[in-house]
Amino acid sequence: MALFIQQLINGISLGAIYGLVAIGYTMVYGIIGMINFAHGDIYMIGAFIALIGFLLMGAFGITWIPLALALVLLIAVVFTAVYGWTVERIAYRPLRNSTRLAPLISAIGMSIMLENYVQLIQGARTKPQSNLIAGGFALMEQGGFVVQVRYLQIVIVVLTTLIMAGFTLLITRTPLGRAQRATEQDKKMASLLGVNVDRTISLTFVLGAGLAAIAGMMVLLYYGQIDFYIGFVAGIKAFTAAVLGGIGSLPGAMLGGLLIGMIEVMWSGYFSVDYKDVAAFAILVMVLIFRPTGLLGRPDLEKV
Amino acid sequence: MQAVLASKAVNYSDAVDYRYIAKRAIGAGLVTLVLASLLVGIEAVSTNFGLEINTRYRAVFCASIGVAIVYFLSQLMHAGRPTPAVVGGLLMLVAFAILEWAYLQGLPLGDQLPFAAQVVNWAAALVPLSLVLRGAYIIYTQKAKGIVRTASQREAGFAVFYLKHNKLLGTLLIVFAIALPFMPFANRRLIDVATLVVTYIMLGWGLNIVVGLAGLLDLGYVAFYAVGAYTYAMLSTDVGLSFWFALPIAGAMSASFGLLLGFPVLRLRGDYLAIVTLGFGEMIRVILTNWWWFTGGPNGINNISRPSFFGLPFERDARPGVETFAQFFGLDYSPNQRVFFLYFLILAFALVTNFFTLRIRRLPIGRAWEALREDETACRALGINPRNTKLTAFAIGAMFAGMAGSFFAARQGFVSPESFVFLESAVILAIVVLGGLGTQIGVVLAAAVLIGMPEFFRQLQDYRMLAFGIGMVLIMIWRPGGILSHRDPTIFLNRGRAKT
Repeated sequence: MALFIQQLINGISLGAIYGLVAIGYTMVYGIIGMINFAHGDIYMIGAFIALIGFLLMGAFGITWIPLALALVLLIAVVFTAVYGWTVERIAYRPLRNSTRLAPLISAIGMSIMLENYVQLIQGARTKPQSNLIAGGFALMEQGGFVVQVRYLQIVIVVLTTLIMAGFTLLITRTPLGRAQRATEQDKKMASLLGVNVDRTISLTFVLGAGLAAIAGMMVLLYYGQIDFYIGFVAGIKAFTAAVLGGIGSLPGAMLGGLLIGMIEVMWSGYFSVDYKDVAAFAILVMVLIFRPTGLLGRPDLEKV
Repeated sequence: MQAVLASKAVNYSDAVDYRYIAKRAIGAGLVTLVLASLLVGIEAVSTNFGLEINTRYRAVFCASIGVAIVYFLSQLMHAGRPTPAVVGGLLMLVAFAILEWAYLQGLPLGDQLPFAAQVVNWAAALVPLSLVLRGAYIIYTQKAKGIVRTASQREAGFAVFYLKHNKLLGTLLIVFAIALPFMPFANRRLIDVATLVVTYIMLGWGLNIVVGLAGLLDLGYVAFYAVGAYTYAMLSTDVGLSFWFALPIAGAMSASFGLLLGFPVLRLRGDYLAIVTLGFGEMIRVILTNWWWFTGGPNGINNISRPSFFGLPFERDARPGVETFAQFFGLDYSPNQRVFFLYFLILAFALVTNFFTLRIRRLPIGRAWEALREDETACRALGINPRNTKLTAFAIGAMFAGMAGSFFAARQGFVSPESFVFLESAVILAIVVLGGLGTQIGVVLAAAVLIGMPEFFRQLQDYRMLAFGIGMVLIMIWRPGGILSHRDPTIFLNRGRAKT
């Protein structure tokens, strides 16, 4: 039981990170119907910008940790969002009206490019990052097994919850969110009604990249090290999470992220670390077979 | 359609809004500055004591200013003022030439080159070069005809040319491919690269059946390649089967994996299918890595026997009682014989794949694939069983991947999970899509560009994959439908009205 609770706590914190990345996938898929393959690498870039941000904080002598964290978060979100915007502008917007496969290939090319770009400019070696939110407390003890909760895990869960709440408000209550939902439903109609479709799509990428940057910063602190390759695996898992939750649905993405994180951690805890990725995919296949639209997705109407 | 083309054509009589263009150019420069300021400007150097900061701000500023200028010039060019682009591009090239000359002479001025890596400097010089060439072309056509063909018109011209000379081009390419090893400039390195390219052509043709004809997006094609390679590797090392006996088994094995995967997932919609196939590809790789007592784990399988020429091995000294290829034909032994043989082998495989595809497109099943790609609901209404039809496409595509895989294992003599990463699937899919979905010669062109070119630019080293990614994006933007884009159904009901 103690082991289960420990894994549950770990799974929730990991799942929160996946969920934040998955939102970027699900929003982009919802609005332009493409798999943004470069999103995992945007997340990786977010982590690297956060790393450099922490270095800068050290260089400028900002040692009060809450301030440093807030500043780095801001830097990471802003700079990564520009990356998200640029990727859309360069690689996807020119292909908006072409075949379905063209933007996908362009996205895969972008992903390869970003990965190698970061490898070249920051080096291939793993970068360490000391944990700024160290420590934790013992939640319970059972048969000599102590269930530990790290303060960082609390920060991750609280931050993710806050961001999700704010984000839900943004999508459901503001003009921006309204434009976003309108574009998602019908681009042509939205543009006729005065929504700037191009800008809305750009904004979707910017928001997705911002959330990915937050996830990147969290993962940097959580694992204490990053390299240029983390984007690929996290990207696949986050996309799996988005599909699992029902692509196009925001709560679905978060739910899918939590589930994928949980499955991964539980599988590693009870079965074998080696096959944790296989487990996540196997569950995805199962879900798709029995519920092809994902857990919270709406079924597509088939037009004849 | 005509209206769209006309609106895309540049109207040269319009006045140019310099302020607007300048504003956008400054914007582009600023975005570059923001993009580069942290990631390029500050390098986190790993040392024994943690991370240290190393700044590279000259590169950042040079890049930002360069982007702003190039953007300004190219926008002017697209607005019908190509002269500044040519002049500005030439000035930049001259500046680069002077700096590069100084660098090569070891003069202090040479340190003023914008980037630390010479490759990046040379690559950056390509940008003004292309500006000059494009500008000069526009000036030339403006003088000559007064009109410039738009991109889509050019594309159409290309595709029409290809359609007209399809047979001839194909025959010429095949003749060239067969004659390649006997050309005076042929050497071992060239044939090795050609073998690699033809392997990817075969994979591309195999995937073309799945993606191009049946319209199923498969992001895990490399899994079937891996199954084929490992099947042959195990049959060869554990059972001792020869290549020619193992080949059909490997093909069948891959095809059955295709069926195995296909049964549950083929009723999924396009993008769900993509992610499940991607997951399947990764699963196969993870299993190959971790199931060490069966697959050899990360180390893979060594000492896979090489294919023989009707039982004649390509070795210097044959085992007793076995005649080698060289002895049988009374030739002197040369390691090139095996290289050439492997090249012809994969060429034959690839041509079989091609021939098979061309023929099956005319059969009911091939037509059903293309019909399914165009409209699944209509097909179902007409009594085509979508699942079985898709399954055959999936299995046949997988079978060719499996055969290519066993060739790969036989050629390398060893296999490991590292060869079957997602990147390979992406590359094969890129070859199919960049070549133009459903076209056979397009795959050849794309494979030559994507696989052949980087092999000859090995000195780019680390920058190879970066250039590969940039190339993929650029080709897609330049020709969204692929290098040879045309996607006609094989049959027309009414020739005149078929193109809508």
